[in-house]
Amino acid sequence: MDLAATLLDGVLLGGLYALFAAGLSLIFGVMRLVNIAHGDLILLSAFVALTVTTYFRIHPLFSLLLVVPLMAILGYALQRAVFNRTLGEDILPPLLVSFGLSVFLQNALLQIFRADSQRLHAGPLETWHIDLPFGITMGALPFLMFIVAVLVIGGLQLLLYRTALGRALRAVSDDGEIAQLMGINNAHLYGVAMAISLAVVSVAGVFLGIRANFDPSIGPTRLIFAFEAIIIGGLGDLWGTLAGGVILGVAQTLGGRINPGYQILAGHLVFLAILTVRPQGFFPRTR
Amino acid sequence: MIERIQVERSSRASRFLAVVGLFLLGLLIAAPLFGNRSILYLLVEIFVYIALASLWNLLAGYTGLVSIGQQAFVGLGGYSLFALTIFTGMPPLVAVLVAGIISALFAIPTGFVVFRFKGAYFAIGSWVVAEVYRLTFAQVSALGGGSGTSLPVEIVRHIANSRAERDSVIYWTGLAIVVGVLMVIYLILRSRWGLALTAIRDSEAAAESVGVDNYRTKFLIYFLAAGATGSIGALISLQKLRISPDAAFSVNDWTAFVIFIVVIGGIGRMEGPFIGTILFFILREFFADLGSWYLMFLGLFAIVTMLIMPKGIAGWLAERFDLQIFPLGRRIILPKGKQIAFSQFDTSETSERRSTTKVNDD
Repeated sequence: MDLAATLLDGVLLGGLYALFAAGLSLIFGVMRLVNIAHGDLILLSAFVALTVTTYFRIHPLFSLLLVVPLMAILGYALQRAVFNRTLGEDILPPLLVSFGLSVFLQNALLQIFRADSQRLHAGPLETWHIDLPFGITMGALPFLMFIVAVLVIGGLQLLLYRTALGRALRAVSDDGEIAQLMGINNAHLYGVAMAISLAVVSVAGVFLGIRANFDPSIGPTRLIFAFEAIIIGGLGDLWGTLAGGVILGVAQTLGGRINPGYQILAGHLVFLAILTVRPQGFFPRTR
Repeated sequence: MIERIQVERSSRASRFLAVVGLFLLGLLIAAPLFGNRSILYLLVEIFVYIALASLWNLLAGYTGLVSIGQQAFVGLGGYSLFALTIFTGMPPLVAVLVAGIISALFAIPTGFVVFRFKGAYFAIGSWVVAEVYRLTFAQVSALGGGSGTSLPVEIVRHIANSRAERDSVIYWTGLAIVVGVLMVIYLILRSRWGLALTAIRDSEAAAESVGVDNYRTKFLIYFLAAGATGSIGALISLQKLRISPDAAFSVNDWTAFVIFIVVIGGIGRMEGPFIGTILFFILREFFADLGSWYLMFLGLFAIVTMLIMPKGIAGWLAERFDLQIFPLGRRIILPKGKQIAFSQFDTSETSERRSTTKVNDD
């Protein structure tokens, strides 16, 4: 039964990884931008939430009311002022600019918040748990994270396939130039996509901060987890990304059960093994 | 009547700078005779960054392989040196060379995995693999596990008996490595391989259609770069006499700095890594005490360079003053003193513009 509990932990952890990944996947789909700073933006929103919760003395989940719009505005501005200038045939400029942004953000956070471990305190939510049959207990927080991940991904799917904005985003993704001819303002739409991406990132950041300690240096690893979830799931499919997150989460918790030093390593190895056997992932959508 | 057209690869400036370069090289070879310990140490660091940046530039600027995982080979080289000298008693200087070979061999399975990624995904994929190596070496208790280990005293003695001699030997090894790396890169770029690489970078489909085997060419360059990076890693650990997974596989030290150097110096130009490294060390001398401010500034500097001057300082010099230190381009000399100058490695857009604007009528 111990094993079942570990598996359940892994599955629920996968929800958090899917939250990390959804925003990254969206902007790659829309504008083929691989945002190396994605992990550091997750950390940035965790620190923004930390500031908001300590300043207003509110619950971290309530802080989302402020953090989500703030990050979305930042995303829009960042896209229009910086990333839009780098998009084109050449993959180098967006890659290197986002890499520069990653190092900038990481050190800015280090400068402001120091290297100390921080935590978002969520009160009783941290300890609540639900008793399942066979003596397994399920933490309320991981369960909530997973439900939120499902809701966020479902919401993104609805947005992409049921709204005018979604249609425009898909059109730009298919062919940016033709979309522009049809009267779509690509520069604005890319900004909106990045705003949505960072709105999702801020949800991910808040859960990251409630779940465990964080400090400015852990951003790149979150980027890597997000990337692995996307590739395992297969590029372009958001439900696939959730499945990828779950596979990664289970691999990590199983590895960690054998030896705490193997936790992250096991996730990487499962990822590389899947990549070698099935490079297109499990649910490929694009090409 | 068809007039005879000459093609010239070097210019007066590049020939002059070649003489200056040889003089400088002589000076550098003799440096241990008059330089003190800290200067030699600094020079080795500079050699390391010039070599790493040139190799990264060969990958990203010429081959289109944007890697954020070259620290994998720095770390593998360093750990190979420690393993070879501690477990087999191999002389350290021989081990520097063998460490490079071992790293290159590791690049074969590594390349097999990361070459499944295309374009931007290759960057993160190579990073994941470097993390795998870091986390794996943290589990190897014979080499100190997560906290690392120091090179035993008897092996340190094996390099040379006195400290001054050791400094000189490590210095010359570093100089030999950087000169060797630059010569190999130069020869590759001057050869048919160089043309193939540029073709791949500019358009994979077009390169394939004129008979370039993209996969094999890229793999070979990746393999060579990994080997050279491994030897550099071995040299770094020999200089530091200590190794730990976090330092040896550090993405900041061995890849982020290197990327900033190349981007600011000028990507896709052999001069870029030189200019970038010199700038990097000048900035470091003045601002390194500021810690994270310095890194924030570097990140911002790289972003701004990429946005307003995507070819870096070297690209700007070449465009503005037609200055190229390494004679890698070609210029056509027409009779009657007419001259059309263009570079081999410019994109078609700029060379077209150049050929119309730079026709000098003497």
